[in-house]
Amino acid sequence: MGAERVIVVGASSGIGAAIAQQLLGEGAKVALLGRRESLLQEVANGAPSGADSAIIRAHDVTDFDSVSPLFDELVGLLGGLDKLIYVSGSMPTIEEHEYSPEKDRQMMEVNVLGAMAWMNPAAAHMEAARAGTIIGVSSIAGERGRRGNPAYCTSKAAMTTYLESLRNRLHRYGVRVVTAKPGFVRTAMTEGMGDLLWIIDAKEAARQILKLGASGRSISRFVPGRWWMVALVIRSIPSWIFRKLNL
Amino acid sequence: MTAMTIQRGTRRVVGGFGRAVASAARFAAPANEEELLSLLGQARAEGLPVALRGAGRSYGDAAMNAAGLILDLSAMNAVLDWNPETGVMVLEGAATIESIWRRALPDGWWPTVVPGTMFPTVAGCVAMNVHGKNHYRVGAFGDQVLELDLLTVEGEKITCGPEVNADVFEAVIGGLGVLGVVTRVTLQLKHVGSGDLEVEALSVPDLDALFNEYERRREEADYLVGWIDCFARGANLGRGVIHRANYVPLERHPAGADSLDPSHQTLPDRFFGVIPRGLMWRLLKPWVNDLGMRLVNASKYWASRLFDRAGTTFKQSHVGFAFLLDYVPRWRDTYGLGGFIQVQPFIPAQTARVAFRELIETCHEHGVIPYLGVFKRHRPDQFVLSHAIDGYSLALDIRVPADGRERVWKLGEALGDVVVRHGGRIYFAKDALANAGQIEACYGPDRIERFLAMKERLDPNGLLSSELSRRVLPQLPVVGTSTP
Ligand SMILES: Cc1cc2nc3c(=O)[nH]c(=O)nc-3n(C[C@H](O)[C@H](O)[C@H](O)COP(=O)(O)OP(=O)(O)OC[C@H]3O[C@@H](n4cnc5c(N)ncnc54)[C@H](O)[C@@H]3O)c2cc1C
Ligand SMILES: NC(=O)c1ccc[n+]([C@@H]2O[C@H](COP(=O)([O-])OP(=O)(O)OC[C@H]3O[C@@H](n4cnc5c(N)ncnc54)[C@H](OP(=O)(O)O)[C@@H]3O)[C@@H](O)[C@H]2O)c1
Repeated sequence: MGAERVIVVGASSGIGAAIAQQLLGEGAKVALLGRRESLLQEVANGAPSGADSAIIRAHDVTDFDSVSPLFDELVGLLGGLDKLIYVSGSMPTIEEHEYSPEKDRQMMEVNVLGAMAWMNPAAAHMEAARAGTIIGVSSIAGERGRRGNPAYCTSKAAMTTYLESLRNRLHRYGVRVVTAKPGFVRTAMTEGMGDLLWIIDAKEAARQILKLGASGRSISRFVPGRWWMVALVIRSIPSWIFRKLNL
Repeated sequence: MTAMTIQRGTRRVVGGFGRAVASAARFAAPANEEELLSLLGQARAEGLPVALRGAGRSYGDAAMNAAGLILDLSAMNAVLDWNPETGVMVLEGAATIESIWRRALPDGWWPTVVPGTMFPTVAGCVAMNVHGKNHYRVGAFGDQVLELDLLTVEGEKITCGPEVNADVFEAVIGGLGVLGVVTRVTLQLKHVGSGDLEVEALSVPDLDALFNEYERRREEADYLVGWIDCFARGANLGRGVIHRANYVPLERHPAGADSLDPSHQTLPDRFFGVIPRGLMWRLLKPWVNDLGMRLVNASKYWASRLFDRAGTTFKQSHVGFAFLLDYVPRWRDTYGLGGFIQVQPFIPAQTARVAFRELIETCHEHGVIPYLGVFKRHRPDQFVLSHAIDGYSLALDIRVPADGRERVWKLGEALGDVVVRHGGRIYFAKDALANAGQIEACYGPDRIERFLAMKERLDPNGLLSSELSRRVLPQLPVVGTSTP
């Protein structure tokens, strides 16, 4: 079997960067996408080996019309596609008294519509090939509508549901869809938030997410797995109590 | 009317009938000629290759177009005119074989040439010059076409037939849908008397017997087809069953004109009175593997051996005889995720006996046994890329296990080599694997030159192409690529 061919959307920092580096280290051919091209180049150079097998493209996922031709170009350059990993995400801070349709829209566009823009062509390609894996990095934040950042929770709930539908849609064609729902990960997104429960570094998150992707199973999992207990508790708190908590 | 536009992002996965090959393409389904022309114009402006699609009943990649645009023409499907006196029917390109017989049979007529399923469109049948179980007698589909309209990519309409614009006609029949859009077809139907056929079934113990018994019946048969158990080898190789069918004149049919009613043609909704048709494929699925199909094939042969007697006949409706598989909805799904391919080598009469033995042996050597083998006799015609030759064909249904694709692809190549070695032809409607070299060897440089010249005349920029045409005739120009 030849080298694995992967597209990583959102590979310039944090979890996506760690995913791309691990894949390059394992000998995969990887296309790295994100807006900050110089960072993508650094990520590829920082890989233990195989920056040569990296394809770098500056890309803003909210430029929806560009996705379809870029997808075709990358699949051509990679010589096929085994995995699409969508990591791009946005979580601007929403202050206590702030109500911002602009920020909300940005989250929906990056976290949801961008994911759909990439997963549609990937799904079509993989259904036709009767093989392939789509991995979406969602979040435990999608399990419940918390007061802190309504649009972020909404966007991750939407992504989780979208991935579930896609998994059900593609199962009969031999295509796997993996939903990875991290808890806290030490990245730019969580910087300055202080001590966070069960926090892991990006490299560890990447390792666990890629393990789910390589399991050959079509599944939805928390990262690390033990977050399922927290999710269970959070989901079972009655609404009239939940609104009084500072979760 | 709002103009129809080609969506930028939307893709649709479109496959061959055998489900072993599929690809994602852009997709549009025009409702009329105006929309069709507008879409062709947009594709040209974008430099987007366009493939035409009828009912998608070709087994391979004939109506597929990875990353290009598929124009699904199935909405342009009207029966335009029917004359029960002369048996002449005028149809839009995407009218189906089913719509022909439903209209004509009550008047005692039946399409002269039909493939083994009634869902294909007449334009699809034109593009592949399809044949039936009476090919040796009445010719292929092109021989029953009196006239057709071809809409070129520039919007010019060319009416052609055996006498008018015959050079265009001869290239468009069997033209793989890359010369223009067939928008109207005039067909000569056949007067059949009653709604039933008289069928004789006869088992044959080996390949020689198959050829001999087949030839013995050919003169008097209206339809003649052989089925082969491809699992049998050695002295039993080629064992199978021959079905001969003849028209029954109306006067000789006890039900008379009632037999012509479409309700008499359709098969019951339940098998054996209990199993709903829609569920049948699920019951068959567990059998569609090497062991199961070995048993099914052997049982079919032995049942015929024990119960069928030469000379005794039974009645079967036209639909029942011609389109039996259509009555098991989703039967192709029994082949599972990997799907199946069909190949149909055409071999000249002189060497067919040797070649068919080689074909079946080659399958066994590759460890891939076809689950169905169908044997027919053919005759040549004047169409440029026609597969029709003076000889025999052997259609083989070959399962593609999800993990055994490479093995099947290797076998496909080997079978193609056998065809080339015997001076035969590979049939495009069934093909997914042949390479350009094999096609050039089968069809010869003269025919290919003639076809290229017609392409140069009708579509010089290569707006129309398909995965099939690009694979087997890479010489054809393709829009958006610099070197033809
Ligand atoms: C169960 C089964 C049994 C079959 N038995 C036989 C048989 O006995 N004999 C035989 O010869 N074939 C047989 N076939 C094959 C089938 O008849 C041909 O593949 C036929 O071409 C299918 O027609 P379609 O409308 O589905 O066309 P598609 O498969 O959609 O397309 C076929 C070709 O037609 C072109 N095309 C479609 N519409 C137009 C148009 N309007 N203008 C110009 N080109 C067009 C396409 O570009 C393509 O090249 C069988 C197929 C099946 C599934
Ligand atoms: N950190 C956590 O605790 C945590 C927990 C659960 C889930 N997650 C999820 O994990 C994913 C990765 O986040 P992270 O923690 O690694 O944060 P990060 O370091 O900020 O990474 C975010 C990534 O998204 C990309 N991105 C953002 N906007 C984009 C746009 N418009 N177009 C293209 N790419 C864009 C960024 O690339 P550019 O800026 O270069 O474009 C960057 O590569 C996100 O989906 C996040 O929601 C994180």
